[in-house]
Amino acid sequence: MKILTLVRQVPDAEARVKITGQNVDLEGATLVIDGMDEYGVEEALRLREGGGGVEEIVALAVGPKRVEDALRTALAMGVDRAIHVETDQKLDPIALSRVVAQVAQAEGAGLILVGGQEADWDSQALGAATAERLGWPQLTWTNELQLEGDTLTGRHDVDDGNESFRASLPAVVTTQQGLNEPRYPTLPNIMKAKKKELRKDDLGQYGAQPAVRVVNSEIQTRARLNKMIDGKDPQAAAEQLLDLLRNEAKVIA
Amino acid sequence: MILIVAEHAGGKLAKSTLEMVTAARQSGREGPVTVLVLGQGVADVANEAARYADQVLVADLPQLANYNAEVWAAATAQIAQEGEASTVIIGGSRSGREYAPRVAVKLDAPYLEDVIQLSASGNALQAQRYTYLARVTETVEAEAPVIVVTVKPGSFAPAAPAAAAGEQYDVELDLPAPRVEVTGKSVEKSSRVALTEADVIVTGGRGVGSPENFATYVEGLADRIGAGVGATRAVVDAGWRPYAEQVGQTGKTVQPKAYIALGVSGAVQHLSGMGKSKYIVAINKDAEAPIFKVADYGIVGDVNQIVPALIEAARK
Ligand SMILES: Cc1cc2nc3c(=O)[nH]c(=O)nc-3n(C[C@H](O)[C@H](O)[C@H](O)COP(=O)(O)OP(=O)(O)OC[C@H]3O[C@@H](n4cnc5c(N)ncnc54)[C@H](O)[C@@H]3O)c2cc1C
Repeated sequence: MKILTLVRQVPDAEARVKITGQNVDLEGATLVIDGMDEYGVEEALRLREGGGGVEEIVALAVGPKRVEDALRTALAMGVDRAIHVETDQKLDPIALSRVVAQVAQAEGAGLILVGGQEADWDSQALGAATAERLGWPQLTWTNELQLEGDTLTGRHDVDDGNESFRASLPAVVTTQQGLNEPRYPTLPNIMKAKKKELRKDDLGQYGAQPAVRVVNSEIQTRARLNKMIDGKDPQAAAEQLLDLLRNEAKVIA
Repeated sequence: MILIVAEHAGGKLAKSTLEMVTAARQSGREGPVTVLVLGQGVADVANEAARYADQVLVADLPQLANYNAEVWAAATAQIAQEGEASTVIIGGSRSGREYAPRVAVKLDAPYLEDVIQLSASGNALQAQRYTYLARVTETVEAEAPVIVVTVKPGSFAPAAPAAAAGEQYDVELDLPAPRVEVTGKSVEKSSRVALTEADVIVTGGRGVGSPENFATYVEGLADRIGAGVGATRAVVDAGWRPYAEQVGQTGKTVQPKAYIALGVSGAVQHLSGMGKSKYIVAINKDAEAPIFKVADYGIVGDVNQIVPALIEAARK
């Protein structure tokens, strides 16, 4: 069985977001693998190490030239080879799922791992949209996963708590924090990764067109009062805070 | 028609459904506002929905007793197609955002996800949504005969009942068999006011120190002032508190009038879930903690000293 893991590149969570014109400007920002996708890469490696009959792990990224870095990281973590569909065009998740589904089919993948929520578009749609295109079931917000033969079992979060599940491959699993602790690529593995295959594809061959246009982006800054109360005298500080909450903010009785 | 898929639980319509009705009426998209009720034994829910919508479509079937992404997507897409919906509105809950993309793919429709505002401009639909861990507000646009939208909970005012009750119709559906088998379920219930509906939330972070301190300080203060209880991921991961209380990127998004953070550092992933609160209060012993940057009222101090004083003072 082959696993396809999706890798997106996003600004580091601590990086400052800036806007130029109407769009978020990533110039000069530190870019990393989306943390949620990293759990997917790690999980693929663990499923193989756990003896789940995993023949090959392929990482896929769609995006500009720089996205190669994220793929190199995945290769250095232990993925076997990578596919980069290079484009400067911004694809919404529904359009992107068209590419992912076609690659999964061409590769004969039996399991797709993808992050549960994107740290840049805050979207949760890619896994589900890909599953629908392939006609596969999906498991989202997974925080525990086992593979035995063709059977996936595990646990995932739902609206009002969590559920244990069982499903058969092929399937799409979306990953999240708590599933595992991603490994750091070691120097020897980084060197080895340089020799691994990183295939370049042209977006044109996938016929994916964005259907959602970004009209404008604005940084949300809500002016905060930033009133600091001296905490040295706890009694006085508590009284002062309550007074502010009752009489200035009027949020408690 | 504008098709809304009702969210309901325990035989009651969720507030999010009324918020979706408002979003539908404000959207400027064409057609009667129609609520689709999926479930089993949902007559009461359908009656309630009829007070707000132009019409209600009811699928009361044993196969719909439990939510399943593939089944919900199939049902929604069928009704949208038969009714030639211009817009399909689904709740921005975990489950809503799980099956809505499947509906979009089935209908070959653009998908506007987790929106906080909607307006038609000509044949196009414009929406606002948060991106970059809720640090950016993006305006997006799509133009198509049918568009699928999920609405972020708490972003629209709940609709008031309409003058006349909408007609109800039973619908027939051709549903797939669910392929994911649920082998166990753990429901996290809190005796307190639901986080997403609380006016005031007291949240504890790792700085609270221990599960015992959490009960004394965080629950103690929350009970004193009638607030809901929240937790950071660090606290949930440590097993001090249930996941249901987690606020943030991978937890709940909340927007109370006041958010009181005790021993919370203010990591971006946490801020993305509570940064839109009206007033933010932070108590942290580290004056450099990032939470102070977004705070309206801040106390640099030890929760072990400040919070007991606060609980005591709130008694008066
Ligand atoms: C993909 C991803 C998703 C995530 N999703 C979430 C999420 O949904 N929600 C979430 O909360 N986090 C999330 N996180 C984790 C987040 O990055 C932080 O690790 C977490 O929010 C930290 O929790 P904390 O503030 O309780 O703990 P810490 O960062 O350990 O902070 C504790 C704070 O308490 C203060 N303190 C210590 N002792 C005292 C005392 N006696 N009195 C007063 N103050 C004291 C310290 O100064 C410190 O600021 C996510 C991370 C990732 C990578």
